[in-house]
Amino acid sequence: MTNFPVEKIRADFPILAELIRNKPLVYLDNAASCQKPQAVIDSIVHLYSHDYANVHRGVHTLSVRSTDKFEGARTKVKDFINAASEKEIIFVRGATEAINLVAQTYGKANIKAGDEILITAMEHHSNIVPWQMLCEQTGAILKVAPINLQGELIYDEFEKLISDKTKLVSVVHMSNALGTINPVKDIIAAAHAKNIPVLLDGAQAIPHMAVDVQDLDCDFYVFSGHKLYAPSGIGVLYGKQALLEAMPPYQGGGDMIRKVTFEETEYNVLPYKFEAGTPNIADVVGLGAAIDYLNAIGMDKIAAYEAELLDYATEKAQQIKGLRIIGEAGHKGAILAFVLDRIHPHDIGTMLDSLGIAIRAGHHCAMPVMDFFEVPATARASFAMYNTKEEIDVLMKGIQSLIEVFG
Amino acid sequence: MFDDLRDLYQEVIFDHNRNPRNFRVMDNADRKVEGFNPLCGDRLTLYLKMDGNTITDASFQGSGCAISTASVSLMTEIVKGKTEQEAEDLFKKFHEMTTGKDEQINLEAVGKLAVLAGVREYPARVKCATLAWHTLDAALKNEQKSISTE
Repeated sequence: MTNFPVEKIRADFPILAELIRNKPLVYLDNAASCQKPQAVIDSIVHLYSHDYANVHRGVHTLSVRSTDKFEGARTKVKDFINAASEKEIIFVRGATEAINLVAQTYGKANIKAGDEILITAMEHHSNIVPWQMLCEQTGAILKVAPINLQGELIYDEFEKLISDKTKLVSVVHMSNALGTINPVKDIIAAAHAKNIPVLLDGAQAIPHMAVDVQDLDCDFYVFSGHKLYAPSGIGVLYGKQALLEAMPPYQGGGDMIRKVTFEETEYNVLPYKFEAGTPNIADVVGLGAAIDYLNAIGMDKIAAYEAELLDYATEKAQQIKGLRIIGEAGHKGAILAFVLDRIHPHDIGTMLDSLGIAIRAGHHCAMPVMDFFEVPATARASFAMYNTKEEIDVLMKGIQSLIEVFG
Repeated sequence: MFDDLRDLYQEVIFDHNRNPRNFRVMDNADRKVEGFNPLCGDRLTLYLKMDGNTITDASFQGSGCAISTASVSLMTEIVKGKTEQEAEDLFKKFHEMTTGKDEQINLEAVGKLAVLAGVREYPARVKCATLAWHTLDAALKNEQKSISTE
């Protein structure tokens, strides 16, 4: 294994020392949510202990300190994804809220009856349902580009679905159910050739690879903090400034206004126009701390280490008789979804839990993907930078043993 | 290796999972209801043959986890020959056994269904065991539609 400081990293995550059912925790449910390093936990405790007050309002010292930390975190996010400006970074609750925001603002303003929104067959429910709701409201049509049995987008079919009616393309950067990493640069180039904006759902991709929104040239990029070693309840909508400027606001309230009379309201400038009400200050600060932590390790190093983990796990899994991997894309992130002959994923989940191993069993909020592969559910081991080959060995031994028990 | 799970996965459960009883389509069924647990994708179709208010035959089709398969398999065995009222009483006792807070559970009252008592320690799995019985309840109330645990 490359000289990746995994033991040092593990020591930074207090929960990894936890015993589960009297066994060392093997946490492989990172695609659902990942654990938090001490630095992130401390950042929140420190804010509330020393620097907390409401932001953007007071002239008093604590309000200034709190605002500095809050806006400092915005700059960290901007640099982390290489956005052109802090104005392009909108804090939301998570990827789900970000997509809903775009659907209900950009979508409502620009998408009309008969227009088409193009997604893929591997989307998470959060990149399906907001568009279905918009279609219901506007009479637009949702188009779905198909995938193949490896779990890859059939790119030719995707391109054929781009038409003069297409008004928005919204695709997942990396699939949560399959691990597939989509050819997003090609997708964006194809859409832009027809002046169609592209939203990338980066909820899964963001903890696994360096993301550069200017290099990708995507129009919107969304992600959640809790999958990026940051607290839950905080996420980011990146949007190109010109698009955000032209969009109507999402929610009305304090902070998003410049001037209010009973006759009319003048909206605030970006990014505040989209941040009505007191924001989730502490978790934004926590997100900033998570980004500092990741930058100190290096996203490229994390990606390389996780690729080794995935290769190792895939090779071991292929040796298990009766195990079928769901999602075998050529370009894939650190997710191993599988089914076992005659053993339901929920039984797999319960049995592995008794060994201290946390995996996800279910449809992973991607029911259409389950239907496509004709399985009711899958078991999914998803890896993070703090996982080890030894943990993968524990997982594989557990799977072997439960196959024996089921007989 | 799975010693902690012995209360949940008893040998009877493995046996019924491997060889589910009454696992067949019933062409001349008087009642047919589908049960679905959207959380885990468990899906079953329950068939009943009635003579007045007595269940003379019960069978099922579908796919689910070991707990849900064993539960429906055991249920189809035990309700045969029972009246609707007797089956509903049994459902009530089964429900108490799997979800009740009482330390004392009357295992004798539920006969061989007692092998499923272990699920009460696994809140995430209770619905696996009760899906069959909710489906039966719907069938007895003659609700000819899909029922869902959610």
